[in-house]
Amino acid sequence: MLVLLLFIFVLAAFLGFELIQKVPSQLHTPLMSGSNAISGITIVGAIIASGAIEGKMGIILGFIALILATINVVGGYMVTDRMLAMFHSKKDDK
Amino acid sequence: MDLDSLINFAYIVASILFIFGIKMLGSADTARKGNQISSIGMLIAVVAVLLTKGMDYTWIVAGLVIGSTIGAIAAKRVQMTGMPELVALFNGFGGLASLLVGWAEFAAHTDDSHIGIETGAAVVLTILIGGITFTGSIIAYLKLSGKMSGNAINFGGQKALNILIAVAIVVLGGIFATTGATWALYALIGLSLLLGIMAVIPIGGGDMPVVIAILNSFSGLAASAAGFVIANNVLIVAGCLVGASGLILSIIMCKAMNRTLGNVLFGNFGAATGKTGKVVEGEMKPASVEDAYYVLEAAQSVVFVPGYGMAVAQAQHAVKELAKILEDNGAEVLFAIHPVAGRMPGHMNVLLAEADVPYEQLAEMDDVNPIMNTVDVAIVIGANDVVNPAAVDDESSPIYGMPIIKVYEANTVYVLKRGQGAGFSGLVNSLFFRENTRMIYGDAKETITGLVTQFKD
Repeated sequence: MLVLLLFIFVLAAFLGFELIQKVPSQLHTPLMSGSNAISGITIVGAIIASGAIEGKMGIILGFIALILATINVVGGYMVTDRMLAMFHSKKDDK
Repeated sequence: MDLDSLINFAYIVASILFIFGIKMLGSADTARKGNQISSIGMLIAVVAVLLTKGMDYTWIVAGLVIGSTIGAIAAKRVQMTGMPELVALFNGFGGLASLLVGWAEFAAHTDDSHIGIETGAAVVLTILIGGITFTGSIIAYLKLSGKMSGNAINFGGQKALNILIAVAIVVLGGIFATTGATWALYALIGLSLLLGIMAVIPIGGGDMPVVIAILNSFSGLAASAAGFVIANNVLIVAGCLVGASGLILSIIMCKAMNRTLGNVLFGNFGAATGKTGKVVEGEMKPASVEDAYYVLEAAQSVVFVPGYGMAVAQAQHAVKELAKILEDNGAEVLFAIHPVAGRMPGHMNVLLAEADVPYEQLAEMDDVNPIMNTVDVAIVIGANDVVNPAAVDDESSPIYGMPIIKVYEANTVYVLKRGQGAGFSGLVNSLFFRENTRMIYGDAKETITGLVTQFKD
């Protein structure tokens, strides 16, 4: 099991490096905040933990994690969208 | 297809959407769509996990509602000038969430004697990376928002203390992974949080773009580590993608400062080289707004070089207005943006985009340097080290070798500056003493607004 997970991790790492070798600097902030929203994927783990039937401690920790991860996901995507909506080309004006 | 396979299939779809999303975020025309695609991926992943059998939805619904409300309000309310702080804060929340997920998994297994060495090691990593991301981001947030001094904080024995903390973490990590002792876990959480604070306090404001990029990378790795704890593929893949892209961004930032990652994180500026730079002789020549107006009036090409000072003065709208007037006056106007200008990667671009500057006018350093000698007027707004010619011609300078925007090649350079002080690096900027440089002291916004008024009269 662990080997399989490591295998996936390594492949994803290489893919991540390949995906964005050259990014125009104007997109650095949106890329950062957009990928930051993706790192909120931990929301999936938080949902599993806070939805547990028993184990009070785990549920409480999961619940706090869920609030934080949801802020990260919802806030991250919305603010990135707001930023990207401001970037516009001269062509759009005409 | 049974339910588990369906959920896993949905995770694959989500991962693919994340990959496309990140890819599309890398190009201006597709960026917005890319972000939307990745958000759909997130929605699919969340819906999929909600299908899991045997869950109690009470806390889940409450958490989702509370989190969404806070997140949405923060995203709507934030000013563009406050963007670096908000990104740092969100980042920290992500890190803490991953830490808690790792901890919760351990807490849920507390009846068993031992969670197993592999899961134990994954919990250690999740807590370590998540903890550093959380407190590191909070310190970065405090520094960026001015709630704490942006200067580097150094004290005697700092390095020794950090090494001690790191060694203790390794030892405790080993103990926890092999025995599953709860006390070791608590100590680990405390030390990881402490390490995050210790790692960011000695880093000064000008290095913040690198720090933010690294913390962004860490928040992804923390999610990925949490994925190992709960054996969940989508966490591993998505977290790792973010980790890799954040690392690339950090390296881009470091290259733009001609420094290595290790140097930014562990070396204090200038201290590493022991260089101080030549003493600059000559005098700075002040100019008035009227002087600048006459020169700008006749200029055929103008390049603006914005820096953190423009963000502080909130001068972006005034600058845009001046740029528009200059264009209507027949001049060609460009904005030359250094990769590390400001306090986060791409900071200046966001501010100028907010002020409605079309992105064709935003030029990168490498594109604008070759044409600099044909430029009539370069206006430096609150930028300092990124235009210091010492990086090119003074081998004894600590910033020697750092790529800069060569404004000194322009016919005339106006430097808008609050006072006569040095830049973040503490260096005297030899640009200010050049024959073709004129200093306009005062608040950047007032100066620009003054120029706009001159043109209108």
